[in-house]
This record gives sequence, structure tokens and C-alpha cells, in this order.
Amino acid sequence: MVPSLSDFALQEKDVLQALNKAIARDVDYVDMYVESCVTDSVSMEESLVKRAVKSISQGAGIRAVAGERTGFAYSDDLSVRDLEIAADTARYIADSPQGDNPIAVTHRSQPTQNLYSLAQPLTDITTEARVDLLNKIDVEARRYDPRITKVMASFNTEQKIFLVINSQGQLVGDVQPLSRLQITCIAEDGSNRQVGSFGGGGRVGFTFYLEQNRAMEFAREAARQAILNLGAVEAPAGTMPVVLGGGWPGILLHEAIGHGLEADFNRRKTSAFSDLVGKSVASELCTIVDDGTLPFRRGSMNIDDEGTPTSRTMLIEKGILRGYITDRLNARLMGIPLTGNGRREDFRSIVLPRMTNTFMLAGESDPQDIIRSVKNGLYAVSFGGGQVDITSGKFVFSASEAYLIEDGKVTKPVKGATLIGNGPDVLKKVSMVGHDMKLDEGIGTCGKDGQSVPVGVGLPTIKIDEMIVGGTAMG
Amino acid sequence: MSNLSTIHGDRFPELADTVLKRAKALGATEADLLVAEGDSVSVQVRMSEVDRLSKAREKVLGIRVFFGKRSASSSTSDFSKASLDRLVSDTCSLARAVVEDETSGLPAPDHMVTDIPDMDMKDDRQLTVDEEIDLARRTEQSAFSADTRITNSEGAECSAGYGSILLANSHGFIGSYASSSYSLSVSPIALDSQNGGMQRDYWYSVKRKFHELESPEKIGQEAARRTLRRLGSRTITTQEVPVIFDPETAKGLLGHISSAVSGYSLYKGASFLLGQLGKSIASDLVTVIDDGRLAGGLGSRPFDGEGLPTRKTLVVDKGVLSSYMLDTYSGRKLGMASTGNASRSVGENPTVGATNLYLSPGSYSPEEILKSMKRGLFVTDLIGFGVNLVTGDYSRGAVGFWVENGELTHPVEEVTIAGNLQQILKDIEMVGNDLEFRGRLASPTVKIRKMMVAGH
Repeated sequence: MVPSLSDFALQEKDVLQALNKAIARDVDYVDMYVESCVTDSVSMEESLVKRAVKSISQGAGIRAVAGERTGFAYSDDLSVRDLEIAADTARYIADSPQGDNPIAVTHRSQPTQNLYSLAQPLTDITTEARVDLLNKIDVEARRYDPRITKVMASFNTEQKIFLVINSQGQLVGDVQPLSRLQITCIAEDGSNRQVGSFGGGGRVGFTFYLEQNRAMEFAREAARQAILNLGAVEAPAGTMPVVLGGGWPGILLHEAIGHGLEADFNRRKTSAFSDLVGKSVASELCTIVDDGTLPFRRGSMNIDDEGTPTSRTMLIEKGILRGYITDRLNARLMGIPLTGNGRREDFRSIVLPRMTNTFMLAGESDPQDIIRSVKNGLYAVSFGGGQVDITSGKFVFSASEAYLIEDGKVTKPVKGATLIGNGPDVLKKVSMVGHDMKLDEGIGTCGKDGQSVPVGVGLPTIKIDEMIVGGTAMG
Repeated sequence: MSNLSTIHGDRFPELADTVLKRAKALGATEADLLVAEGDSVSVQVRMSEVDRLSKAREKVLGIRVFFGKRSASSSTSDFSKASLDRLVSDTCSLARAVVEDETSGLPAPDHMVTDIPDMDMKDDRQLTVDEEIDLARRTEQSAFSADTRITNSEGAECSAGYGSILLANSHGFIGSYASSSYSLSVSPIALDSQNGGMQRDYWYSVKRKFHELESPEKIGQEAARRTLRRLGSRTITTQEVPVIFDPETAKGLLGHISSAVSGYSLYKGASFLLGQLGKSIASDLVTVIDDGRLAGGLGSRPFDGEGLPTRKTLVVDKGVLSSYMLDTYSGRKLGMASTGNASRSVGENPTVGATNLYLSPGSYSPEEILKSMKRGLFVTDLIGFGVNLVTGDYSRGAVGFWVENGELTHPVEEVTIAGNLQQILKDIEMVGNDLEFRGRLASPTVKIRKMMVAGH
């Protein structure tokens, strides 16, 4: 299904009339983003599905860009009058009088990719089916081990419809489904209380969670982590070799490299990666891409929020920095390719260059050999959140499941290790890359400038020769 | 009732009445609703040029219905009659699909706030876009003027926002209040000639009244000072040492206490402070207060998200956990009365949130605290989310200064500090006298006896 203006009860002439209000001679570009979004959330705790929440939001954001200046305004009312007020505000950044060429829609297109068409729209999943899924999760997690004392789970879906109309005459839109199942278990053994979390999702329908008993696997996995942590020892503190498992540990790439390669920071030369294109920023074992075209993935989109088709962008090729990820504004000002990474949280937010799915390609090492090569170090397989200071390049990310490696063997689980490093240095220390590239389960959310967007990450098993591990035990 | 002076405000009470009546007509036994409306203008200036100008005007209505002990919530930004009618009937269907929850329901009718005080939270001063541009420009300019090593900037931002809230429920309660906020900030970037890198820091001011904002010149100078002092940063070796948190980072510790004493964390068994009420959880220098009625406070409000009166709650009294923070639901779960801490996003169920939460000041000046440290780490910035509120395990990336004999010797970065919050709170050995509100959480300088610092 491709949306049209009539889905928003809007007339093309009214939209163009509003857009024309925003055009001035020194304005380079104008667009309107019209969005409607329905979210449904059910959650369970104490073995009861007692919360159900629905929200409906609709609105339009209008922006005018002149040189480096952006004027932006939005309205949650789609009346012609409100759109015109928003357009007038967006135009405030312009110094010159009205433009001479009124905007007309010249190419009406639909996305050329079809990455996530679902048999059943997410809005059609009954509340009863959602409730039933969560009840089964509760039973399954508790069955895993009697020491599981609390199970909390939530299932969220979002159905977003949007259209972009711009001053180049393009009119294009997409329907983007997104869903996520999240489970948290608390395990207790005497006064020892620990937590485990797991989840997954993507631009997938309800059957995804039922296929291969996936939801029950998620439940067991959350329970397993909580029980594992009951026996975890204090994490070591200090510098040591670190092996990262495949999949979600790819958050390292997101924090250490990805944010630093977003075009806005590089245009302003505020990133630790500014002016490093063509230079070596990683070991030659590292090839890293950002790819918004993977079917059903959480970070994927047929088109970005400016209507540009998403693509696969080479960020680092055999250790050499190849390019940045861009939105229209930054691609134009920097004279570099448009990569389809212009994203926004919703109609209330401005477009920023953001990652989609960011991952490292597989290498040739056997994961077992990678672990065997470490005498004493840390093996981290699951993480909580991460954060980066773009300017200094310093980043951290926190392990939720990690083990000591002693004499080439994975031994005791450790609690709460935080890893800290410097973006432009850390990948130079990658000495082995496994052949087991894996993408994450589909739970990632990236924050930037107060806006959250869904993203994906991926990683094969890799060895980093040296990293600082923040724990409480003398390493 | 406070005056609703915004765009649609005058028709909200009528709208609330219509929606509540419709829920009743569809069989709801109880219902409440929240309408929020806001209006804001913000500008970002970078390298003296306008980078971004945003104007927003929005409204949203959220409703919660109860069918006996079953409930559901929804929200919409479309206030047309057809849309609201559909919203109410959809919410009623949702409520019928979930299970009964014995604890659920509105607060008792006689608990609702009766006398809604005027808390003086609104300034009618409207800033024009040109005024905002000028303020942001001056702030950034002041940072650049401070030192030639400031060569770049992530920009300065000035924003002003005006909002109003209306809460009504089927007990016949209806209350509203309006508020405003103004903020000014800048993030300068300095070139580090020693290692060729860059450092960034920032400074800000945020107030309900425009005339209380710090001057652009002062904010710019402070941002520049904070940025420049990071130049020449190095890492340090792994060791266990005393750690001082400056007020900006000490606020984080208060945030963790706030989460851990939330009734929701407690009844879910997800708090490291579970079962500690009445017990000593921190050094006796620690007194933590949540005050919903602090004059001019950014977290102040006359009533909470359920219409109960806000108040001043002593959370930690000389190290002893003396009160949890509760709303009606989490209070009932724990067999206690609400503390007026219901916090609510429109269309969501209430949860617990601090209002203005602060650590009472101690007797030492920040200089005296620094002088007391023979060798250790003075922390000025933290990154990462390495805090486990179930266990209290704490491990975060830190930036600050190495201290020798009571003097800052050199800036430090790329280290982590780690410990367990249960021990960290007990290890607070000095509390500063430098309490200043800059947002909803506030703390003076705090010194911790020892933490593990990981570095090279």
C-alpha cells in the first residue's frame, strides 16, 4: 500500500499553496512531511497483562533550507490555515522576497524497494492475541528456573504512514510497520537478586514472534541471563584484550564509528573523524557498512524521511575510511553523495543524518580460535546501552552478559563491565575477525539531539587487543 | 484555578466534560483525562549564523478508563468530535480485553487537591525570534571571546516554551495550571594543541522566569572555561581512590536514588533499596528532599498526575531511608498512601517521578572538599548507562581531573569509575555547601571515600 494525500484528507492544491508560502529566492529547498502514526502497547507484570495503551498522532512538519540555515515548524492540525502558518514560520530564515516559480508536483513516485510488506497490518493484531502472547511468555520464563521470581514483558507495535512533498516536485510516501517484544526477568537466590533482559523485533508482523517458537526463545533467554548473573563475579578493572561476540555487540561500531561518520558533525568539523576520508582508521580486517535495505530489519526503510531510497553505504573498507552518511542538507553543502540516511523521529522533529543498520562484514577466523588466542581477557556477548562524545571520540558501552577468558577458555560470568575507548583508535586494535557475522535481534534505539529512531547493528566475533574495562575488581 | 491563556485553553473544560460523559455512557465505571497544550520557539546559532529555527504548537488529549478493575489508556492529537468519540470507544474496548487488576482505580475522591495554589510558574514574557537569535549569538560570541583556542562550536541555543495542563476525572475533579520555561546554552569546541584532538563542553541556564536566566555573557564564559580545562587530557592507571563528584555529576547519583525509591521499582523487586525503609542506606551526611512546591522550581506543580496535592517529602533523613516516592497505584501495592508523586505523560498510565529533588547542602565549601583530597579523581562529566538499579552495580565512563595534595594537576579522560550504589551512598564522606538549582534535580559537591578507577 502506498499512501496518498487523501489518507490525510488533504488536497494537493492546499499543500502546494502552503509550500509556496515557504519559498523565497534564497531558499534552496522546501519540504512538507505529513505523518500519521498509531502505536499499541500491552505490558505484563505479576503474571497479569494489566496495561494496554494506544496512541494516535497526526501532523505535518514544514521546513525551508537556505544555505546552512533551516527554518522548521510543525502543526498537529492539518487545516490549510495551520499549514500556512507553519510554512510562514519556516520561511523566517529567508532574507529575500517570494520565489518566482511556484511548486508543482512533477514526479509522483512510490518506493522502488519493498522491504517489509506484511500479510497482516500491525493495527489488525487483536488485543486478545497480544495478551495471550505475553501470558505464555510469563509461564515459559518461570518454567525455566524456580528462582525466576518476576517476569515483565511488553509488546509494542507502531504503524506509521508518511508522505513527503518537496520543492523539486517530488511526492513520495511509505507505510512503515515496526514491532518489538521485550522481556525482563528478575532472579532471586536468598538476598542475591539479579536481572536479565532479552527481546527482538523489526519491521515484522505478529507471525514473526510465533514462528520457530521465537517468543518462547526470547523468554528463556531473558531467564537464562538473570540466572547466569546470580553466579557472576565482579568485573575486572583495567586494560586487557576483549573478545566481542557476534550480533548485538555491534553497538561498538554504532558508538565508536557510526555517530562520528554522520555528515552533520563532519561538515561542521566537530567529529573526531573529520577530514579522515581516505585515511586508515581501522585494522585492514575491518570492513563496515551502513545498510538500510535489509528486509524486515528494525533499521531498514524503503525510503528515508526525505523520500530518498535507502542504500548500502561503505563506511570503512579494509580499514580505510570511505565516506559519510548523509541527508539532503549535508550532502548538498559538502558536495558528497546522498545516501538515504535523512531521518526524523516524527513530524515534530527536524531531519538529521542517522544510521540505519550498521555492521562489520565477516572475516575468516574461527570464533573458537579467537577465544583460544587470549590468555587473560574479557568475552562480552550482550550489552545494555552505549554513548559517545563525538568531539573527543570517547565512547562507552556496558556489558549485560560477559565472561572472563582465562588461558584461552571462557570461564566465570562477570557483572556489569563497562568498556571505554577512543573511536578513531579502537578498530586499529582489531586483530581477528570471525566468519560468524550476525545481526542483532531488533531492539536498538538510537538517540541524537533528543530524537529516537530505530536502528540495527551487527558484528562477527572480533578480538580487540587492548581496551579499558571498568569493573570493581583489580584486573 | 489558574488561568488558561493559551490557544484552545478556554474550551478544554467543556471538552473534558464531553469526553468523560461519553466514557460513562459506554459503561466505564471511572475515567480520567489529561489535556496538554504547548507552544515553543527555539533557535540555534552556530558560528554566529542562524543554523536552525523551530516553532512548535501542539496539543494532546489522553484518556484512561476503568471498567471495574480493568483499565486502558489512549491519546490523540486530533480533537475533532469524530476522532474523540472513536478514541473513547477504542479505549473502552481495550480495557475490556485486559485482565482485572485489583489494585487499579482512581485515588479516593476525598484525596483530590481542593485548594489549587497559584505557584507563580508562568512568565508572560514572549520572546521574539529576533530576540532569541540575539541571545544565542551573544552566548556563543562570549564563549569565542574567552580564548583563541575556542575555534569551533556545536552552536548556542535559546528557547522559550509555554504550556498548560488540564486534568479532570469522574469524581468531578477538574484542575489546571500553566507554566513557562526559558533556556539558553552553548557548546564550544577547543583545539587541543598537545594531542591534535578536540574537546567540547557546554553550559546552560534554564528558568521558569525569563529575568532569572543567567546572562549570555556568563553562560558563554563558563562554557569556555569548562571546555578549555579539558585540554591536555590523559588517562591514568587503574587504582582505587577517593572520588569527588561536582554538582552536575552528583545530580546523577540523586537520579539513581529517585529511581530506586519509586514505588514501581520497589513492588517489581527491581530496586537496590528494596526493604530498606527506616534503615540506614547512606552516610548520615545525606539528607534528600523532594519538594513539589518549591517556589519557581522547574519540577514544581500544584497537583500531581492524578490530581493529588504535591508536597515536600523527606526521602532520606541523615542517611536513613524515611520515605518512598509513590502514586496511588504503587502505594496501594506497598500498602501505603500516595506521596503526591504521580507523574504522567499524556495517554500513559501514571508512574512515579520526582518533583524538585535535592541533596541538602553540607558545611564544606567546594575548595575545602578539594583540599581534603590527597590524591584522587575529581569528576566533571559522565557518559554511558552502566547503572544496574536492581543490584546497584555502577560503572560509567568519566572525565575530570587528577588531584594531588588538594590541587587539580591535569585533566583526565577515557577512564571508568565503578562501585556499587549501596556502598557509594555509605561512602559519602563530605557534602558541599554549594547547592544550586539548575533543573529538577540538584546536588552540591559530594566526596566519596573510594571507588575503583579503571585506566591504562
